[in-house]
Order: sequence, then C-alpha cells, then structure tokens
Amino acid sequence: MIDVKCRLNGKEHTLRGHSMARLLDVIREEAKLTGTKEGCGEGECGACSVLIDGVLVDSCLVPLAQVQGAEITTIEGVAHSKHQKLQQAFIEHGGAQCGICTPGMIIASAALIDRCQGRVPNTAEVREALAGNLCRCTGYMKIIDAVQAAAKP
Amino acid sequence: MIVGTKIPRKEGLQKVTGAARYVDDIVFPDMLHGVTVRSTAPRGKIKAIHFAPSIRWNEFTVITAKDIPGKNYVALITYDQPFLADTVINHPEEPVVLLAHHDKHVLEEARRAVTIEVEALPPVLTIEESLAKTQIVWGQDNSPHENIFKEYTVVKGDVAAAFARQDVSLFEAEYATGAQEQLYIENNGMIATYSAQDGVTVWGSMQCPYYVHKGLLPLFALGDDKVRVIQTETGGGFGGKEEYPTLLAGHAALLAMKAGKPVKMIYDRQEDMAATTKRHPSKTRVKSAVTKDGDLVGLDIDFVIDGGAYNTLSPVVLSRGTIHSAGPYHTPNVRVHSRAVATNSPPHGAFRGFGAPQSIFALERHLDEVARKMALDPVALRKRNFIRQGETTATSQTIREPVDLAAVLDKALAAADYDAKKKRFLAMNPSSVVKRGIGFATFMHGAGFTGSGEKTLASVVGVEALANGHVRVLAASTEIGQGTNTVFAQIVSDTLALPYDMIDVAQPDTRDVPNSGPTVASRTCMVVGKLVQSAAIGLEQTLVNAGDYKHGAGADAFAAACAKYIAKHGSLKCYSQYQQPANVEWDDKKYQGDAYATYAWAAYVAEVSVDMATYEIRCDDFVAAQEIGRVVHPVLAEGQIEGGVAQGIGYAIYEKVVWKEGRMANGQMTNYIMPTSADAPPIRVLFDEQPSPHGPFGAKGIGELPMDGPAPAILNAIAMALDVSPRAIPFLPEDLMALVKK
Repeated sequence: MIDVKCRLNGKEHTLRGHSMARLLDVIREEAKLTGTKEGCGEGECGACSVLIDGVLVDSCLVPLAQVQGAEITTIEGVAHSKHQKLQQAFIEHGGAQCGICTPGMIIASAALIDRCQGRVPNTAEVREALAGNLCRCTGYMKIIDAVQAAAKP
Repeated sequence: MIVGTKIPRKEGLQKVTGAARYVDDIVFPDMLHGVTVRSTAPRGKIKAIHFAPSIRWNEFTVITAKDIPGKNYVALITYDQPFLADTVINHPEEPVVLLAHHDKHVLEEARRAVTIEVEALPPVLTIEESLAKTQIVWGQDNSPHENIFKEYTVVKGDVAAAFARQDVSLFEAEYATGAQEQLYIENNGMIATYSAQDGVTVWGSMQCPYYVHKGLLPLFALGDDKVRVIQTETGGGFGGKEEYPTLLAGHAALLAMKAGKPVKMIYDRQEDMAATTKRHPSKTRVKSAVTKDGDLVGLDIDFVIDGGAYNTLSPVVLSRGTIHSAGPYHTPNVRVHSRAVATNSPPHGAFRGFGAPQSIFALERHLDEVARKMALDPVALRKRNFIRQGETTATSQTIREPVDLAAVLDKALAAADYDAKKKRFLAMNPSSVVKRGIGFATFMHGAGFTGSGEKTLASVVGVEALANGHVRVLAASTEIGQGTNTVFAQIVSDTLALPYDMIDVAQPDTRDVPNSGPTVASRTCMVVGKLVQSAAIGLEQTLVNAGDYKHGAGADAFAAACAKYIAKHGSLKCYSQYQQPANVEWDDKKYQGDAYATYAWAAYVAEVSVDMATYEIRCDDFVAAQEIGRVVHPVLAEGQIEGGVAQGIGYAIYEKVVWKEGRMANGQMTNYIMPTSADAPPIRVLFDEQPSPHGPFGAKGIGELPMDGPAPAILNAIAMALDVSPRAIPFLPEDLMALVKK
C-alpha cells in the first residue's frame, strides 16, 4: 500500500492503494467518484478517460504510483470548470443517449477544446480527437455537433 | 405542443455530470463480489468439480446446481436452459460454479483454482452440421425436429406455378450473415440481496424487469411479492440486455441467499463478450422468378438461423426474420421456409432488428444481383415491385395505411446525389486504385410484437398524480438511452396540457410499476406510449368527473384538483391495458394475417471507397430516409437512426466474431472492432411523417429499423464499385482479398 498525494478536481487529495492499483479503481472506490466508468479495461473504449496534468489518458491503464503530485480531472471536476458549457451542449444536441460513454467523451472533448485555444475544431479534427472514445448509441453525429457548439467562444 | 420539439432529455443532466448511477456505481455495506466458473468444452458431461487445496474455501460462498432451492431453468419460452449446468455441458461458456468473496482479487485467484472435469462429446458448431444432424444436440426424440428449435412455413399464392412460367427468368443464390456482439459500453451487472422477510431483491442493468421477475420466481420457488426487480441506469442494451440479465440476476441472488449478504456481479468485457448473447448467424437461400420487365412474380426463400445451445428467444427472432424476408414488395407468390437450429455455442439472442437484418440483407443483395444480371436499373426494379396501399405482404396482410416507398427512395437518392455519383464512379473506377461505389437498400420494419404477441402480453401502464399536480408515469419500460423517459413525459405533457417539468417517469421497480411489457421490438414509444396516453386521459377524466377540473385549465387548477381528490380518496392513479385493435387479425397456425399493426418504411443509400492496394473498405457517406409516422422528438429520433446506422455499418464491414470450438476467440475490444468516430461516415437522416392511428400522436416504432438497411446498402455499393457479388457479412479486407483473387 502506498499513499499518493495529488490534486483531484482542484483539491489536495491523498489516495491510498496498491502501487499498481488501476487509477480507475482508486478514483471510483477510494475517492468515491463513480462518474468515471469502466468499459473494457484495456484502453480501447475510453469510458474511463480522465485528464492527468491536462493530458487525456485511459485511467484503466494508469497505475496509482504514476500520479504522485499530478493534477487529475474527472467528470466531477468538469461541472465547476470552463467546460461546463460542454455538458450543456451534450444535453442540447443529443450527445448523450445511454450516458455510459458520456463522462469519458466529455473529458476527451475538453482536452480537444483546450488544445484548440478558442478555435472551433473542424469535423475531421473532432472525429480524430474522439476516436479513442467509443459510443455505441449515437453514431457520433450528435456528439460532434455538441463539441463544435461548445467550442464556439 | 411538446411532441415534435427537441426538449432536453429528462435524465440528461445526471448523465453529462457523471451523477447517473449505474449498477457498478452502487455499493451496499458488507457487500460481496461474485464470479462465475464456466465450462471449457463445448459439449460433454461433468465428471467432477475440483477445488484446488491452495485456496481457503471456507472464506468463500460457493454455489453449484445442487444449491438451487427451486427449479434449475431460466423460464422463458421453454424451460431448457439451466441457471447452472448440473451434469450436461451444452456450450463452452456454460456456468457451473458461482463464487463470492469480499475481495475481488482473492476471488479471481479462486476462480482460476476451480477445475471442471468434463468428459467431452463431439460438438455441433455450424448450421450445416446441425442440419446434417452429425450429432443430435437438442430435442432428441427420433423426430424430424431433432436439432430444430422452431420451423415456420409461410405461403402466399402458388410459387411452383410462378417458377414454371415460360416468361420468367429464375435466379438463385445463398447469403450468409455472421454473429454480432451488441457491445453496449456498460457490461452486464447485477446486485442481489436476500432476506427471509423480503425475499429476493435485485438491482441491475436490464431492458425487461418483468422477464427477470418471471425467471426468478421458479428459481427460488417464491411468490410474486417475494421477488423484486429494480432497473438501475442502463448503459445501452440493443437487445443484449433482454433475456441474459435473468441468468445473471439468478446467479447473484443465489450467492446472496447463501451468503446472507448483498452480492454484486459485474462482468468484465471479455466475459460479457464471450458468454452473453449475440446476433444469430444466418444462411438464406433466395430463389426468385422475374419477368423481363422486372416484375417479381415469385420468391422462394429458405432462411436458417443458428440459435446456439438453448431455445431462448430464437423462435421469436426467427419469426421476425421470416416475416421480413420477402421485403416491402407485393410479390404475388411467396414461400418462406425457416428454421432455427441448435449448435454448441452460447445461445444467440435478441439484437436490434431481431432476425430482420439477416433476411433483409439476403433479399436486398439478391435484388441487386437480379438487376445486374438482367441489365435492369436496380431503382426501377424496386419501384416496380414496391407494395402500395391495399396490397398484401408475404403473410397476406393488407397494407391499410398510406405508403409511398418510391417517394422515400427518391428522397434518399436525391440527397445522396445517387445518379450523378454512380455515373462518375463508373467512369473513374477503371483508372483508379481506390474504387468507389454507391448502393442502396429498401425495406420495412414492423413495430411492436409479432402477430398475437401484443395481445398475449396485454401490457399495463399506470399514471399517478401527486398532490402538487406532478404526474408520474408508472411503467416497466426502461430508459436504456433511446429516450423512454423523455418521450413518455412529452406524451403526458401534451395529453394533459401540463408543463413538461411537471411530468416524471418512475424508476422501473416491479414493486411499484405494472408490467408494461419488455423494452424491445420498437414498441416502447408506439405501443406503450399509446397506453401512457390513454392512462393520462383516464386520470384527467377522473378529475373532470369529480367536477373539479376542465381540460386546459392550467397547471395551478390541475394541482388544486389533484390535491382535493387525493385529500378525499388517498391517491389518484389510473391504469390502461392494451386492447388489440379490432381490425388487426393474426392466425398463428397458418402464419397469415396482420403480422404487425403498422410498419416503418425506409430507403438507405451508402457510398463506399475500396482501396485495391490495401483492401481497406470505408463507408464515406450515408443517407437514411424513412417514413416513421409522427416524429415525437426530432433529436432523439435522429439519434436512434444515426446510432443504428453506425451499428449496421459495423455489422457490414467491421465486426467479425471469430469462433473456435463454439467460443468467441476475439472477445476483446482490441480484436473485435466497432466503428469509431474516425470510421463512421457523416449520416444524414430524413423523415417522412405519415401519422399512424396505432401510436400516440401518430408515432410508429423506429428503434430497430436503422439496423436493417446499412449492410445490404454497403454491400450493394461494394458490388457496384468492383463488379463483384459479395454474399456474406461481415465483409472485411481479407474477405475482399479472397473474393477478388478467386
């Protein structure tokens, strides 16, 4: 067991767990933030996406020992950030159906919008940026609409 | 009017903030985790179960078939599938032992320390082996029905006479479709508790709470009120959470009963892909008789699906596939013979489209091949044979509502710029390494249960008013992403002329809601929605009769009337039960009559590019045009179509289940590929609205429709691009290479 000090959604946290515990499990079971979902457990579906120091990662592939001193953002942190607009856009444009991929999808979209620095990404860019996040409900059209709407300054 | 507008989804905020609670997000105090130990051989007899001495088994709750307090079968259409295999193994994922422990990691070690010793028997692994009866693996009774779960014959007119005509050309070919995994992003999961006082309670991801309820009663030999089933937020279903959750709920509850503690069972992706149901693989032989002008005068179709090891829902899947196999054409002479056969793979089950995508693929590919061989325009061939109002389907159902599928097709072709693109691609392809094609498919999809199904279900919906004037819909129909909560609230809001925010939908819980039937068969909006509407009308009528309210008097007046009524009578609820419309008639013996109360009609156009250097196949553009009755919610409806199209594209060119000894060999998202945002094309959705009397505000069912068209449209486009005749899906680069190198 190790103690890892990090910032989780803007607050200082000490996360306790096995050094090789999946960050996904620690977030869900220790920090009790269940918005981050498990879809495949092997880094294919992106349902467990979080930001570590602003970089999009699959939390099922990250061992706890790796986030010492890191800044972690989960879906629960988005509501209080500038990306709250994304959440509204997903509701308005029908980007969320069953909702299970939605937290990861919004995290990945937030990373894209940050990279674009105020520019609205074109459709091809959105498709590329979200290609690591699988959605079985929407066919992606409404998700792309939502991301582009939210990216408008 | 709220119907027809894009009002925000009811549970949208919870979903976008991560606050929505799925089954794996729920934790009970002192809860154990449960896992399943499965057989390894596809067929055999259990000789012994070995528990390795390295594990302290007294720390575990262990369940085998011997521990089952009631009947060891999953109550569905028949009672052939056990909850736990006792002596016989019929497929390689057969559950044999259940284990529970508080520590997931220790549990995983224990799972690996159990060995099932099986005396192997030769398995039947394909449709051909099953039909050839190389081994009898189901229904051993020396009858012609051995290995056959169900068989139908549908006859209209005189097929033999049509095929004997001098003025027709005859065509014959066989088409095949593979298994497909539903691949909802939330895996199957359940939590169960047991107490002597309350009996069994389960919470979980599911489409059909009352199927689970029905299945648990005999397993535990408990009365109706001692089994309670609660649906948690469900991360997609697509049919994959129709019948399977009963099995998993039973397993969790068996462990909970023995342990005396709550037990959570959550499948990981590999177990979910390998062990749970998939779309039935199929073989379809189509023979057609066509006049030189393109009149389709005879169709003789032999349709076979692989049901896997147990009957489950195969008879019903076969039924829908059979009825849809002759397509939206008025062919005067039709014979369809169909069978669902047994093999030693895990049971195949419900998946969006439910048999129709399989048989529609065969017919729509076949018609393009007929057009090609006869040098007819595939558009003109379809238009010449489209069914029109007053004409009959294969089951001799007269189409009473107006239908203009030619107009739907024209709309789709125009939006896709079909004529110009086809001409351009044909001109450019000979000199290009990347060949481009455009193709289409036309089809219909019946809404609601087949035949007398809705009458038998006799679904019930309730509506309850609270003292503050808020109205709650009471139904077992689940929200699985498709928009049940939103659509029901829209229907009540407009029926009662109350604000959308005053309408809620109760969480499906068998203790609190009536049985509105399963959430399947494109029936929720049309069939259940109509019951929601009539229950709402009844509720309002109660207030009107009490002399306290007038329709349209407004939210305050409604709330005041509710408060007064509830103060006097205690509560205000109204229920409505399904009644078959007088003019809907179905003969289950002859398989003739009104197979569905109404149909949605569609024409889908796909554009593809095929790189002949890499054999990569891409779908570049997609147009989906359909007549679906009144569009209740344009964003949700488009979302249904777009999602279904993407799933259909996966079915056509990406998603291949690789079988090895009856087991899925590629049960991982790494090896079983569904379309990503980078693979899926732009999808343009066009609606025609011909209001139907069978649904609320004229709505029809749409959930399954978009699964039917993409595969034939895409394969027709590939056939056009390469001048080949691909007859099987999934059609992957290696399949293309094999076809062109032949």
